[in-house]
Amino acid sequence: MVDYVKVIPCLDTKDGRLVKGVNFVNLRDIADPAEVAEKYCSDGADELVLLDITATVEGRTTLLDVVRRTVERINVPLTVGGGIRNLDNMRDLFDLGVAKCSINTAAVKNPQIIKDAAAEFGSERIAVAIDTRKNSQMPSGFEVVVEGGRTPVGKDAVAWAKQCEDLGAGSILPTSMDADGTQAGYDIPMIRAIASAVSIPVIASGGAGTLDHLVQAVVEGKASAVLVASLFHYGKYTIREAKEYMASKGIKVKL
Amino acid sequence: MSESFTETLHINRHRLIAIIDYKAGNLTSVRLAFEHIGAECAITSDPTVIASADRVVFPGVGAAGEAMRNLQRLGLVDVIRQAAQSGRPFLGICLGTQIILDHSQEDGGTKCLGLLPGEVRRFAPADPECKIPHMGWNAVRIVKPHPLFEGIEDGSEFYFVHSYYPAPSDEKYILGETDYADVRFASVIGHANIVATQFHPERSGRIGLRMLANFVRWDGKC
Repeated sequence: MVDYVKVIPCLDTKDGRLVKGVNFVNLRDIADPAEVAEKYCSDGADELVLLDITATVEGRTTLLDVVRRTVERINVPLTVGGGIRNLDNMRDLFDLGVAKCSINTAAVKNPQIIKDAAAEFGSERIAVAIDTRKNSQMPSGFEVVVEGGRTPVGKDAVAWAKQCEDLGAGSILPTSMDADGTQAGYDIPMIRAIASAVSIPVIASGGAGTLDHLVQAVVEGKASAVLVASLFHYGKYTIREAKEYMASKGIKVKL
Repeated sequence: MSESFTETLHINRHRLIAIIDYKAGNLTSVRLAFEHIGAECAITSDPTVIASADRVVFPGVGAAGEAMRNLQRLGLVDVIRQAAQSGRPFLGICLGTQIILDHSQEDGGTKCLGLLPGEVRRFAPADPECKIPHMGWNAVRIVKPHPLFEGIEDGSEFYFVHSYYPAPSDEKYILGETDYADVRFASVIGHANIVATQFHPERSGRIGLRMLANFVRWDGKC
């Protein structure tokens, strides 16, 4: 039985504004995440991810405001990540109508938070984002890094993904720091290594620059979903075009 | 969402929809969806509000054991039972749909509300590549016509998030079916004034809003 593959635009924000440029002429405010989210939603996004890439303490109020405005304008699930440190942060976001919280550094520092969050909110609502870098010293060849890829933590990325699953994570969002932002394609060996090791959904992230990259992440990388930023933000393709292309390659998508 | 779409779905703003709050998460998106189609609703754990509401929505995400404990702690079991038996339109969503059945395999076995006969089973796919939770879109095949499906095509896709699925004890309670993880499970169940979906209509785009609007228009009879 073939599953539906999801196409998920990712909105990177800083101080409540979009960071990566968005190239839509028909929007009033191209830096407003809520406005762009609504546009993506009507264009066929299966879910949306909103990342607060700076996540400063001062920025948290801003983030909550942006999240509130975004949730009100979309009718697909929203995942929020960036700066989530504890269960209270998650509760604040869930109370606004957020579907899933994505944790990264907090989980690396204290893996127990995954277990606590899954027990409190349900596994389905806890995504663990894993940033990776190639490192031949690691058994899988990929190491976990934090702080935007600057700090390696000495954990094997595949072993960590499995540990996250065992602790109760509902999905894994692996991003290759080697590939992110390059538009040269996802790190397929890394995605596949993680997707093959866990039985929860894996959302491929980081590096999509062509529609074939999306297809590769699913067919070769075994990803359940693809996270896309630049490809859509710069108006290179619409979500519908991406999905139609994937469908033409035999991938089941909701059109 | 386009303006014209909002207008076509706009229903008469009159009586109250009670969205039952039993601390099983994320009711905001349910409220926003109803508000979007112009329905007046309130998130509440007050038995008197639930008892007097025009229609009742029983949502929920999380685990069955914790949900049942919360319902008991908040003193909501009786008022939910009364609502289900009152003839007023009653909509279960996701975990709410599961725990209106008799029993769930979740949390080492959980006795549930028993508003409809049946049990809740865990997906157990043979294929290790099949991902659990079932998280995303899937098609719903309409098994039995129902006012909830008005204007909704057979095979329309809705958004699911779950690891367990409803298995009513009699086929007559199955309104819609979906295939996942080697099973064909009941994704929409119902009887008399009760309808319940395993998927989240509030997160299923336009088609989901259409279903909620159908619920708001429904008189509770089929």
